[in-house]
Amino acid sequence: MLMDLFNHWVVITLMMSGLYIVIAHGNLIKKIVGLSVFQTSVFIFYISMAKVDGGTAPILADDIVQYSNPLPHVLILTAIVVGIATTALGLSLVVRIKEAYGSIEEESIQQQDNQQQDNNAHAKRKQEEEA
Amino acid sequence: MIAHLPILQVIIPLMAAPICLMLKRAQLVWLFSLIASGLAFAISILLLQQVMTSGVISYELGGWQAPWGIEYRIDKLNAFLLLIVSGISTVVLFAAQTSIEKEIPKNKHVYFYILYLLSLTGMLGIVATGDAFNVFVFLEISSLSAYALIAMGKNRQALWASYQYLIMGTIGATFILIGIGLIYQMTGTLNMYDLSQRLPEVAQTRTVFAAFAFVIVGVCLKLAMFPLHLWLPNAYAYAPSIVTAFFAATATKVAVYLLIRFTFSVFGLSFSFTTVPLQTLFMALGLIGIFAASTSAIYQRNVKHLFAYSSIAQIGYMIVGFSLSTVTGLTATLLHLFNHALMKGAIFLALAAVIYRVGNIELNNLRGLGRQMPLTMAAIVIGGLSLIGVPLTVGFVSKWYLLMALIEQGWWPVAVLILLGSMLAVVYVWRIVEAAYFKAPLDNSSPVKEAPMSFLIPIWTLIIANIYFGIDTRLSVQVAEAAAQSLFGVSL
Repeated sequence: MLMDLFNHWVVITLMMSGLYIVIAHGNLIKKIVGLSVFQTSVFIFYISMAKVDGGTAPILADDIVQYSNPLPHVLILTAIVVGIATTALGLSLVVRIKEAYGSIEEESIQQQDNQQQDNNAHAKRKQEEEA
Repeated sequence: MIAHLPILQVIIPLMAAPICLMLKRAQLVWLFSLIASGLAFAISILLLQQVMTSGVISYELGGWQAPWGIEYRIDKLNAFLLLIVSGISTVVLFAAQTSIEKEIPKNKHVYFYILYLLSLTGMLGIVATGDAFNVFVFLEISSLSAYALIAMGKNRQALWASYQYLIMGTIGATFILIGIGLIYQMTGTLNMYDLSQRLPEVAQTRTVFAAFAFVIVGVCLKLAMFPLHLWLPNAYAYAPSIVTAFFAATATKVAVYLLIRFTFSVFGLSFSFTTVPLQTLFMALGLIGIFAASTSAIYQRNVKHLFAYSSIAQIGYMIVGFSLSTVTGLTATLLHLFNHALMKGAIFLALAAVIYRVGNIELNNLRGLGRQMPLTMAAIVIGGLSLIGVPLTVGFVSKWYLLMALIEQGWWPVAVLILLGSMLAVVYVWRIVEAAYFKAPLDNSSPVKEAPMSFLIPIWTLIIANIYFGIDTRLSVQVAEAAAQSLFGVSL
């Protein structure tokens, strides 16, 4: 029973650890890593779904009668491309965040933003008083 | 040619995007994108006419037959959405050239239009397609370009907002992918119409329940339904103003469309609302969303933040209408989709004009603008009145239908709450009116001129539409009602 669904256990484990990394880590690169793990789990899920017991690769030949479903493979090829694009975009955003904030820690970025807001509000109050 | 309209709708902006790269000169690219978007708009009008007279259009991509190949299926609901998305995109694009002049560095202008067109392609694709996996692909096309567009904002907060949106958006899209995988596993098909035929057989399995949960949570992340809305305010506030105007008017609408499509067509009404207690859940979340977001809107200093929160509240109204699962309720939701696109498009374009002239969009910067930029501020006020739901504006029409739908079902307390929620809108709109008309300008602020024509024309086009569709409701109500009825009749 446990081994029958081996792939699904792997999928669930990867999916949950990926999500956990995204939520729990403050480092922006680690978050992207988590996101990639999360997405990869879905790829494995689709691929395992396509497997037919005793089936071979889906090649058109006379001696092949039973073959795995090729459609999920094709779908997941698309999803992998999307995943790469997302990771690339995410990482390039991190590069620019590092340039702008000098940090890639969520806490520090949030702190800097709040500080800026406070300063702005303070300046504005002054302005209003003068007016 | 006419037979190929459904695919042309999506492919024109898609093909126009790489061509932009070859044109190189920003002005030329702007004109070209405007034409591409205008063509998409013209096609959507033709499609809507065709659907209203002769019913559902089915287009088989590459000639592959429906359940095997990808099918584009245009019914009244998609045709209506296509019209909203391409129409707003064209009007907003009209003002884009002037607006990005001051907000985006010159060497990035061409890329801006390319991303804009790709985002438009994605949204039109999501709406046009009748294939569940195709939805995911187009969702990612529109989202990835959206992240890049938001990151183009002037301040560094834009980068952080874009990053947060990327994380949330990707989780949402992947959830939808998992859901689609699970229903494919159960039925062996990805075609939405085919799915709606096959799902009832296996509806009582845990796999289908899990699929439903994944899809709904994923879509709700995308549509920024309370409490999954946290990415939206910053993304809207720090994005370039044109991008905000475009997304506020279209992106969440497309997500609402997906929600309706999956619950009503794919999973079917009886599964979504009888087997799963979606009604109570969505009604409650919608109402909390209206109050929480409207209250937050009241306390915002940045006007873009203020209207971003107001957008979340307006989504609450759509969710309440949707949760009733009656024809009138759904009509109200669809009407509000259309009307909210008109209001928020006009308001955010007017804010873009203010940013163009003043440079900042804090409440204090609006002081005295009532006299200095009378036409722009008048547009914001009319848009605000429409948000509140004052008679003679479109906002009144959709609120009216929503109240009718609630009373029809005997939900009196909810109807009262909806009216109270509108009162909160009065408060935040009043804060803007007060700043613009009743406060003297700051001493050290230099006088500003009225916005240029390139802003005023699109803003007032939308404002006039706001008033026109508030008085002559035939077109919008007729289409929305027909779309709602078709969803309740034979599914899809």
